Amino acid sequence: MKPVNQKAWFLVLPVLLLVAISAVIPLMTVVNYSVQDTFGNNQFFWAGTSWYEKVLHSERFWNALLRDLMFSAIILAIEIPLGVIVALAMPRKGWGVAVCLVLMALPLLIPWNVVGTIWQVFSREDIGLLGGALKGMGVDYNAVQDPVDAWVTLIVMDVWHWTSLVTLLAYAGLVSIPDAYYQAARIDGASGWSVFRFIQLPKMARVLTIAVLLRFMDSFMIFAEPFVVTGGGPGNTTTFMSIDLENLRASNELGQGAAMSLIYFLIILLFSWIFYAVMTREDAPRPDKAPDKTGGAP
Amino acid sequence: MKRLFQTIIPVLYIVFLLVPIYWLVNMSFKTNTEITTGLSLWPREPTLRNYTVIFTDSSWYSGYINSIIYVVLNTVISVAAALPAAYAFSRYRFFGDKHLFFWLLTNRMAPAAVFALPFFQLYSAFGLFDTHIAVALAHCLFNVPLAVWILEGFMSGVPREIDETAYVDGHSFPSFFVRIFMPLIASGIGVAAFFCFMFSWVEVLIARTLTATDAKPIVAIMTRTQSASGMDWGVLAAAGVLTLIPGAIVIWFVRNYIAKGFALGRV
Amino acid sequence: MARIDLANVRHAYGRNPQADSDYALRHVNQAFENGGAYALLGPSGCGKTSVLNIISGLVQPSQGRVRFDGEDVTDLSTEKRNIAQVFQFPVIYDSMTVRENLAFPLRNRGVKRAEANRRVDEVLEMIGLKSRADRKARGLTADDKQKISLGRGLVRSDVNAILFDEPLTVIDPQMKWELRAQLKELHRRFGYTMIYVTHDQTEALTFADSVVVMYEGQIVQVGSPEDLFERPSHTFVGHFIGSPGMNVIPTTLDGAHVRVGEYVAPLPGLPRLRGEPKLEIGVRPEYVRMGAEGIPVQITQVEDLGRIRIVRAVAEGHVIAAVLREGDEIPADPHITIDPKGLNLYADSWRVDFSGDRK
Repeated sequence: MKPVNQKAWFLVLPVLLLVAISAVIPLMTVVNYSVQDTFGNNQFFWAGTSWYEKVLHSERFWNALLRDLMFSAIILAIEIPLGVIVALAMPRKGWGVAVCLVLMALPLLIPWNVVGTIWQVFSREDIGLLGGALKGMGVDYNAVQDPVDAWVTLIVMDVWHWTSLVTLLAYAGLVSIPDAYYQAARIDGASGWSVFRFIQLPKMARVLTIAVLLRFMDSFMIFAEPFVVTGGGPGNTTTFMSIDLENLRASNELGQGAAMSLIYFLIILLFSWIFYAVMTREDAPRPDKAPDKTGGAP
Repeated sequence: MKRLFQTIIPVLYIVFLLVPIYWLVNMSFKTNTEITTGLSLWPREPTLRNYTVIFTDSSWYSGYINSIIYVVLNTVISVAAALPAAYAFSRYRFFGDKHLFFWLLTNRMAPAAVFALPFFQLYSAFGLFDTHIAVALAHCLFNVPLAVWILEGFMSGVPREIDETAYVDGHSFPSFFVRIFMPLIASGIGVAAFFCFMFSWVEVLIARTLTATDAKPIVAIMTRTQSASGMDWGVLAAAGVLTLIPGAIVIWFVRNYIAKGFALGRV
Repeated sequence: MARIDLANVRHAYGRNPQADSDYALRHVNQAFENGGAYALLGPSGCGKTSVLNIISGLVQPSQGRVRFDGEDVTDLSTEKRNIAQVFQFPVIYDSMTVRENLAFPLRNRGVKRAEANRRVDEVLEMIGLKSRADRKARGLTADDKQKISLGRGLVRSDVNAILFDEPLTVIDPQMKWELRAQLKELHRRFGYTMIYVTHDQTEALTFADSVVVMYEGQIVQVGSPEDLFERPSHTFVGHFIGSPGMNVIPTTLDGAHVRVGEYVAPLPGLPRLRGEPKLEIGVRPEYVRMGAEGIPVQITQVEDLGRIRIVRAVAEGHVIAAVLREGDEIPADPHITIDPKGLNLYADSWRVDFSGDRK
């Protein structure tokens, strides 16, 4: 068992200060905005919960929320299994490892608005390879006018952009499994599926939790990519909350924007907490950490 | 059968990843006329003009310099601050540790859009608006929790006996930490640094909000070009290609750490 | 249970092995009798784990055959060979309970539920984990986890052999004794063929009836603990077993006598040697006597261990260790002699056998 030591607080202090300055003060500012109204000239007056009511009564908000949830659900349902499958198939040693890791990481390293730009051009049927190829095959595809096509484009784009994050984490989890586990499984006569189900998956559980949380948070907050590719259209079919938020900010609707931000934040917090609680449920009773050490690599 | 699966899947996946990137590279060597007038799988009249524009116009290349400065600053600050904190979480129990850990994580969940404006006001109030350090500090909001998270996992894998032996051998805490402990978790530091670098490098909204001219990052400069009259696709593509390079260099350095694997402790 | 034969087994991990040094196993011929308790002893990198993995089928030998009861199993999969193996680090299935862990090999082989339950209950009894049967295996201590690894082997009624690959490495010293005693007990009661890999001579000598010593990819000696101690067939065995190890001193031959400097000692007979090998004598420190006659030595160090003292001295330019019993005096002008009972002659590091030909 870890010893109790209150002095450990001193070690956490730098992080605490750093994050507190960056988080608490702006958060208070946002709270402050969300309960005030202004007629400009830096004159504010108390608005109570009216902004919250306005946001919560707006159909646009609920639609955006629904779209966000749907988007995140689809993204997770595709990226997590795909990322794990790719990680399982990746080579474990030799030159192939470095090639795979470097090439797979490339999409992660592209600034988000550039990702949008690439896909905007890429999917255009007149000058883009994807759009052009689809048109050549006789597929009626137009991401700017057809809502389904717009959604498919955004999803394929996100899968392209982010699956490698899942792959990298899953791969790192996989290669940390000592050989003895696979050997023991062969001796026990385990099938390939059993090896995955009872060795690889449990050993990857922790990195996958991180992957799920990161992908959920980031896909729920998706902003730059659809902003560039579809601009929220056609109609409002790809208008996510972050895009609405940006629009409010651009038109200086401080109060409503702040209220919406906070609601948005609370929703992510709620979902992340549920994920966190569900995925760490197995760990809940931890009698002691000591035996775990011996399970690690030699 | 298994061999086939293990070859085909990574190859197909990598092809899927590389096709759009190929299109970007392809575009970067084309003239704007060629880009906008039709489809061609490779540049008919290859040109270096797009790259020349970037390398000769200081408003372009200074964007890269600005980005690299704040990203490196952020990576250093994030990892340096996260190291002692991760050590505390992995070795001790203390008042409020679990809540603190979850609170740290919640900061990753704050949508950048929420904080953009307050950040602007906060850093303006301190006179830090349009400085590299402002962006570096703001990015700590989501990178520090991630770095703590990753490092804590690696540290939990180091047996506590090592700490005790070092203290018995007469090391002070800082000397033990720097000379003995940090080399042991070198892979963890590498992996954490990679993720910090990556998330800071690709972030757009905060970086754009906190800068005007002196520290304007490449991501913001590209946005500007986009809205300018007569979209300069070629230069945009060349700029996009160039944004890949720093990250590719970083992943090249940490590839062995990732290949060695990590399971991560607490989630 | 089965008799296991390794016939002319060679193994190289790299491709296209050329020289002998490319082989992790150079040439191994060895029979493991049905129901025997064997230890494979040697320093790390000597190939003992390779031998184990070749028996269990985790590794395919580059050359040679593996036979179980005379039947060639070289090309059979690990699963078909019906072997149990316990690894250095305990392997347990984290997400399962102790009981599910033990039932896993049976489930994979399609054993009926009732039969599986009966077997699992038996094994739980054998390894003493009955009270923790329904707990998640991940929370247990290292020695309990190692018992589960062992139990997954025992649960199959028909295992051909149980192989151990340094199974006590991560176990606390106190628990080591207990686990080793339990293993011996299992062997005595159920007569499993057991092969136990270790680099710890105490573990090997206390566990096994027959110890197989390996060095640089070959088996250098197979014998009872007593054989290894009294008649090491290779100077390496002499060094490796015993503490301190055997003294090895260059010598010249003088008929049926060996000569070290001025000192001459008789051999049991006339050695038959081929060519002109490098000759050495090997003497356990226990057989070095200290007195006023023999080879003059300078004493460099005396370790007092209570009932015995270990004296290190230099004679004719060689460091020699001697064990002095209680009451033995160290003379003012020390000399050493060799008890003929403990004198072994080595030609090119291999022991010269006086009862027959050189090995």
